[in-house]
Amino acid sequence: MRRRHLTTALLVLAVVALFAVPLLLDGGSSEYAGTDSRATEVVQESAPDYEPWFESVFSPGSTEIESGLFALQAALGGVALGYVLGRLRGRRTAEQTTGRTTGQPEPDRA
Amino acid sequence: MHIAEGFLPPVHAVGWTIAAAPFVVHGARAVGKEVRERPESTLLLGAAGAFTFVLSAIKLPSVTGSSSHPTGTGAGAILFRPPVMALLGTVVLLFQALLLAHGGLTTLGANAFSFAVVGPWAGYAAYRLTRRCGGGLLGGVFAGMAVADLATYITTALQLALAFPDTESGLAGAAAKFLGVFAVTQIPLAIGEGLLGVLLFRVLTVNARPELERLGVLTPTPVLEPEKARVLEPEKARGTDDEEGQR
Repeated sequence: MRRRHLTTALLVLAVVALFAVPLLLDGGSSEYAGTDSRATEVVQESAPDYEPWFESVFSPGSTEIESGLFALQAALGGVALGYVLGRLRGRRTAEQTTGRTTGQPEPDRA
Repeated sequence: MHIAEGFLPPVHAVGWTIAAAPFVVHGARAVGKEVRERPESTLLLGAAGAFTFVLSAIKLPSVTGSSSHPTGTGAGAILFRPPVMALLGTVVLLFQALLLAHGGLTTLGANAFSFAVVGPWAGYAAYRLTRRCGGGLLGGVFAGMAVADLATYITTALQLALAFPDTESGLAGAAAKFLGVFAVTQIPLAIGEGLLGVLLFRVLTVNARPELERLGVLTPTPVLEPEKARVLEPEKARGTDDEEGQR
């Protein structure tokens, strides 16, 4: 069980390091613009005459509102994911408890 | 991987919409069938959708000095097969197109094709291949999640290259240019996504074993008749149990 926890901790650490290390090594020289907007720029460079022919039906008024909405998306997903994992875990704990009190098939009765 | 609203010429927008539509319709029917035939899957189905919802909202910095977001479509593809993700992924894209001005309605078809069709199928193929080669569940999950992520962005790059071929170097030149924007940036993200997938499946194998067995992700524990179970030596019974736990 202990080894299992260690593996989990190392996996989480690896994910954090994967994104933190480039940031630290970079030392603030990059802007970290999104690749999606980079792609839009490349389109405009290679096809300067191209006119986008449709506008977004709704645009968040500012970058603050936009990041807020992104946070909302992540939060909704996180809540749902946490709810499911919590329920599954609770179910397993409940099964273990009832298994212990009612007595699972006892080996010595064989 | 979100092509911005209006940034595909009408012919391409319509073409990709036509290409993606059958997958999404088929996916909607697959979700309906799953819920009807295996109502106990609904929880996990929600988890798969939620996982994509979270991961596609988070923009992460990468080694190239750009940032990008993972896709999270591999988990659902592994659990429920890719068609289910064609619907769930498109719902996520629709949410982002309508509320976040990220992606768009005219580019929904193209984005759905990369994010909800190619990504899940490529990830599922990588998962199956890894497992067939003896990679185990978690190895397969890592490969499946990472490949789903990368394949999505490569598809986007090719879609943009098709729409905007370079005036001098043509299609290949444009593909190189767009892959340059997306592919390298995406590699660390794909690895990170693979690791997150491993974390998720480690939790699921412990807490959702019955569901994973029913979905064919884990080999079911041999079901023993009550009489047979009693006849079995206790040591032997425990032995098979342990073996299952190792897998």
